[in-house]
Order: sequence, then structure tokens, then C-alpha cells
Amino acid sequence: MNRFGLIIAVPRGALLTPSLDALDALGIDTREVRENDRKLLFEDVGIVTMRPSDVPTYVEAGAADIGITGKDVLMEQRERQVFELLDLGFGPCTMVLAGEDGPDRAAEALRRLGVMRVATKYPRIAAEYLERTGRQAEIVEVKGSVELAPLTGLVEAIVDLTATGTTLRENGLVIREEIAPSTARLIANRVAHRVKAAAIDEVVERLRGA
Amino acid sequence: MSVRIPSGTRDVLPEEMGELRRIERALLGTFLEAGYGEVSTPAVEYEETLRLADQGLRPAYRVVDDHGATLALRADMTVPIARVVATRYATAEPPLRFCYSAHAYRAVRPHRGQMREFLQSGVELVGAPGPEGTAEALTVLCRALEAAGLREFRVGLGDAALYPRLLAAYGVGEADRERLLHELATRDLVGLDRIVAELGLPADASAMLGGVPRRRGGPEILEGNAAPLDAALEDLRAVLGELAPDIAARVIVDLGRFPRMGYYTGAMFEVYDPEVGEPLGGGGRYDDLLGRFGRPLPAVGFALGVDRIHGALAGEERGETRA
Repeated sequence: MNRFGLIIAVPRGALLTPSLDALDALGIDTREVRENDRKLLFEDVGIVTMRPSDVPTYVEAGAADIGITGKDVLMEQRERQVFELLDLGFGPCTMVLAGEDGPDRAAEALRRLGVMRVATKYPRIAAEYLERTGRQAEIVEVKGSVELAPLTGLVEAIVDLTATGTTLRENGLVIREEIAPSTARLIANRVAHRVKAAAIDEVVERLRGA
Repeated sequence: MSVRIPSGTRDVLPEEMGELRRIERALLGTFLEAGYGEVSTPAVEYEETLRLADQGLRPAYRVVDDHGATLALRADMTVPIARVVATRYATAEPPLRFCYSAHAYRAVRPHRGQMREFLQSGVELVGAPGPEGTAEALTVLCRALEAAGLREFRVGLGDAALYPRLLAAYGVGEADRERLLHELATRDLVGLDRIVAELGLPADASAMLGGVPRRRGGPEILEGNAAPLDAALEDLRAVLGELAPDIAARVIVDLGRFPRMGYYTGAMFEVYDPEVGEPLGGGGRYDDLLGRFGRPLPAVGFALGVDRIHGALAGEERGETRA
């Protein structure tokens, strides 16, 4: 266990390295996590690693006291009862509505059919955004590469997260609208936030200063 | 053929039932001894009755009866007891003390392990204003959990009126006020900070509005604060002042509590056990609810999840084995 006595849920993927850098700054030794791709549970330092979208699940249930995940994940899982304590600033990206370069097929579909088809891994964010902006949409939830969907004619547009836009460009897609910015956030379990208040406040203060 | 039961419901077999009953008896025994009379009310009510609670928990399950009236399963016991007070105790001299152990019903989100039907034990203290009434409820709450055998529990104590008072003191307008209270209710302190920054208030006001929701700890956090926070903490200080030292030692004062929905008007409590990741129960003051049923009286109450207390007791047992 780390010196804070807190179980920390850490996201694998693009947020892993900056998350571990932040934990290093707290004086938590993350070498074993960096050196080990397969292991998931590091009891000696109180770290559990998982997909970013699983972090709110573990933290809400109290299987982890605090965790790091993207704002995109928190927006999609809005009903999770966790505290969002701090914007960690790293992992900046944008939730966008994108489509094939050239004529805007989504606009055409809306004009001629009254409804557009949108593929996404973020069905809630997509549905709420399109509803808020007054457009009728059929949401197609996909698990893998969303970029494929408009290229095959499955949909006219996608809602997805992009950091640099490279993957979109390489697949001949352009950003039509920016929906919301996202960065990594520190979240906390409801009970831990109260019964381990001093430890969590120390983590927040030190990360805020870092 | 497979015979199923609805998700979010369950059968309880003798071994577990024995343990649940022991908890229930300990809780009810404490309530009765403190002068709370046990009541039972129907699980189904007219939907329009349950809706009188307005911002309360909306009933999730409805049926239309043979006369065309819409019936609904109760979402808690507070609303049915408010109806009992207004109809059966319309002229009775307050304070009135009631307790219950009964099932309530709520909608669930799929695959989250939530229960549609769950057993709650609790009390309603009607006609006893704060801070004395609040302190009495808190005391009964702690004594009941102790009687059930729970040792490590803490009680979070907040005030639903605290943050709105600060916003009023700083002259924050209606639209911004709603946005801030939404961030507070959904526990998004990053979003709260962003909105506070947008308001362009003086530095001390911004620091206060951003900092207060993060403050939780012992009674000492109620002391030595600047205006207008100091005045807004008056109710919490008064409640703490009424508590016996061993009860006060259980309290985590939490300045960041604000109800997501519901009928709370003042003090709010929530029960935590370090062994369980979710609250074991909660309650608070609902001084406006009884008026909607035709008998305006201040009131306070709480409900405890019997299953969750069971889980916490098992967790504390495991914790002792580990230690």
C-alpha cells in the first residue's frame, strides 16, 4: 500500500504514462507498473490498472478510493456517483462531430431524409448533443474503429474523441463541429471522500501544485 | 423450463434471513425504546398521493386498477408517513414519532447490481424543529447502528441550505445559481470551479464559493470562518451543540452536501462505513413536505438500508480477521 492508504485506479492506454508521472510526483513508486504490461494489480503501491472507461465503475463501488480517467468517460457515464475533484490537465483532446471530406452528407441526409445516422463509442454524448442542437439522429454504437463507419456508408457522420486529428485525416474525415474539450480528471469514491478526507486532500493539493 | 424472478429482486433464504432479522430487531428495538411508534402502510398508493411530494423520488412502478385509477409502488416511507400524519393525526399535538421497517421500490439502471425492491428501517420525527429535532434523529440513528453491532460507522452531516445562503449573500443570479447547484449536486467540483471563475466575483468570494464545497472534517471546521460563511454555519453549529460527545465524534461535517433531488430543506445526513463503498442510508430535515399534505409541520427523518448494514457488518468482521 502507498503512504496515503488509498487504492488508486489508473487508466491504461494514452493516459497511463502521464498518470504514473503524476503519481511519481506524489512519491509513489510506479516503476513496477511501468515495467509490467500484463499485471493489473500492484498491491505494494496501492495501484490497480484498467481501461479508462472502467475507472468510474471501480471508484463508484469503492473497489478503488480514487482514480484517474478522461472527462469524455465521465460525460458518457454521467450517472456515476463519484466526486470529480481535479482537472489534471494532461491528455487533452476534443469530442467532435466529423464526416467525410467533401460535401456534408450529414446535412444532406437531414435535408432530404430528416434524420442523420451517426456512429460513435459515446452514444449518450452523441445523442444529447444532437438533441440539444435540434437534429434528428439515429445513433449507431460501435466498439472498434469508428472512422470506418462513414467510409463504408454505414453512417453519414461520427462522434468521437480526437487529440491531434491525425487518425481522422488519414481516413479522409474532417471535423465539422467541436462538442466539448476533455482532459484527465481525478475522481473519488463518495465514502472515501469523507472517511479518508485528509489523505485525499493531500493528494489533491500536491497534484494541483504539480 | 426456467422459472425466473425479475432482476433487482431476490429471495432471502433462512440463514441470511436470520441475520437480516437480527439487524432489523436491533434497529427497531432502539427506535421503540426512544419513543417511536411502529407503523405499516400499504406498498401501493395512489400515484397522485406520491406525487404530492413534488421533488421527491418519483414512483417507478405503476399499474392501473379496475376503476381506472393509477396506483404506484412507494419509493420510500417518508411520503406515506407524511400522508398518515396529515390524515390520521390531523389534529394530534406534535411532536409525533414514527418508525418502520418496510420495503420500498425504485427504478434501476440495468447491469448495475441495484435493487428494485429493498428493505429500509427508519424513523420520522414530525413537529420537532431543528436543531433539537435534528440532534434527536442523529442520536437515534447512531444508537440504532451501535445496537446492530456496527462499530466503524461515521455520519456525514451537511446542510442543504448552506450553499444557497452563500450564493444569496454574494448576490449570484438565478441562472448561475442553478448551474452551480447542479454541479454541486452531481459532485463535479471541476465544473463548479469553472462556473465560479466565470462569475467574475471578488477574489475572496470566488475562493469561498470554490473552497466551501471541498471542506469536510470535524466540528472544528465550523469555527473561525469569515462572513458570510460564519453566519451560514449557524444551523450546523446549533445541531453539533446539541449532540452528546460520543455522537459528535461520529460526525463528519460536510459543507459540500447538496441534494440531487428530493425534499430536504436543511440538515442532511448520510451514513458511511469504511468497509462499504456506498452510503448505508441517510436522511435529513424536510420542513416543507408535510405542508403539501395539508398539515404544515417541520420534520426530520432517516432511512437505513438493512442489506447494506448487513454488508458493512460482514466487512467489519472480515476487517477484524485481517487485523
